[in-house]
Amino acid sequence: MREVAIVGAGMTPFGELWHSSLRDLFVEAALGALRDAGADRLDAIYVGNMSGGQFVGQEHLGPLMADHLGMAGVPSMRVESACASGGAALRAAYFEVASGASDLVLASGVEKMNDGADVTAVLASAADQESEVYHGVTFPGLYALIARAHMEAHGTTIEDISAVSVKNHRHGALNPKAQFRGEVTLEQVMTSSLVADPLRLLHCSPVSDGGAAVLLCPLDRAREFTDRPIRIRASGMATSAMALADRKDPAFLDAVSLSATRAYQMAGLGPQDIHVAEVHDCFAIAELCVLEALCFTERGRAGQATRAGETALGGRIPVNTSGGLKSKGHPVGATGVAQVIEIVEQLRGDAGDRQVKNARVGLTQNMGGSGASSVVHIFERV
Amino acid sequence: MPSPRYWREIPARYRLEAGRCPGCEKVVYPARRVCPGCGHEGMDTVPLSRRGRVVTCTTIHVAPTEFQMEAPYPMALIETPEGARLMVQVADSAPNEVQPGMEVALEFRRIRREGRAGILCYGHKAVPVQKATS
Repeated sequence: MREVAIVGAGMTPFGELWHSSLRDLFVEAALGALRDAGADRLDAIYVGNMSGGQFVGQEHLGPLMADHLGMAGVPSMRVESACASGGAALRAAYFEVASGASDLVLASGVEKMNDGADVTAVLASAADQESEVYHGVTFPGLYALIARAHMEAHGTTIEDISAVSVKNHRHGALNPKAQFRGEVTLEQVMTSSLVADPLRLLHCSPVSDGGAAVLLCPLDRAREFTDRPIRIRASGMATSAMALADRKDPAFLDAVSLSATRAYQMAGLGPQDIHVAEVHDCFAIAELCVLEALCFTERGRAGQATRAGETALGGRIPVNTSGGLKSKGHPVGATGVAQVIEIVEQLRGDAGDRQVKNARVGLTQNMGGSGASSVVHIFERV
Repeated sequence: MPSPRYWREIPARYRLEAGRCPGCEKVVYPARRVCPGCGHEGMDTVPLSRRGRVVTCTTIHVAPTEFQMEAPYPMALIETPEGARLMVQVADSAPNEVQPGMEVALEFRRIRREGRAGILCYGHKAVPVQKATS
């Protein structure tokens, strides 16, 4: 396989973007990535998207997006893995370039959630319809079940879980693209309205619109497009049982662990080698479970590590410097690619007030559903 | 839910029929063709006992449209003596009564009313053992 680099990145702000349609969001992000690299052609496009069909009644996003980018004719298709669609799109694009089949491939993600759809019902379609959704469980409900299991098994407290929201809002306040640029206090988090006990509103990521895109090419051609290429060191993906009922330990995310192990092996690196990471904090408890599955902390210790500031800017391993899904926003299909853009900015040294000093190796972790699919990528400044 | 789909799921929903793998003895609910434990193809049908223990639980405050009139309602992941795990609502329980480790009985109940015609959909809910009717 060939070495692959990211040579361009572009994204929309995340938020309630009433003036932009699904296709507008894609085009803004894609043009941003092309301009960043000074590229004017593409060999292929991957569009990460969870549910254009349910959110805005639009399927067949491959040709639609290529057409609106002025590139009808280019091979283009949608990739879906629920909230991990963006990470899965990057993985598909990575292998297309690594294989030698194509040189210039756009990995993108886009979602338009604020156009009147029943968002709770659409998101629930990423859970098992027959054994879970039928009985009235919601997505926050599934993560609440995970949270309670984690509290029972490890003594994790609601303060531990709430500390994730406080940290990510503090980071997001520094990110001009973030949906919520305000800090929140532990007390505000713990007294916000209940969504699914023990999870409250400020433990949940918001409903967002947004698009993100990165341009990939072979590493040996990267200097044609940028003097600061970011090499993709590894791509790991894994799945686990879809329904929470079918997992041995509901407090442990097997797919995240397996996808990370594969990525670490492929890169020849371990958790101690990562300088900055973007992880899938769709709910505050998810970040704690992911930190443990990535082996950033011991199992059951992620809450204490978070409260001790180990995962904050300036800490041992800064996590979600972008603000994470919680503060930056979570347009589901776009999230996986937007995580990559934060790491690209960090490794380029362009992260401004959020910059992690001397960051050379970064990791992204993006998951679908209640953790049934997970994609991990590792990046390195060249 | 279209009626053919509802009809297909009746054995699992009404009779609590699970699958037991003849290869590794794993019990899976609802039954499947391929055992997720060992990959064996073909499972024996086994009805689950109508009782279990709460593994983890929550109370849903922000509910899906079809369940809004019932919120807040507790939900639990329960494990039956056969080792099968099910996601169920917990009926007839007081706020904060449902806790991990609690013993529950499974009762046949109406689960939801669907579509404009209000088609009734049935299945099982858990109830605290001391409140079980059977």
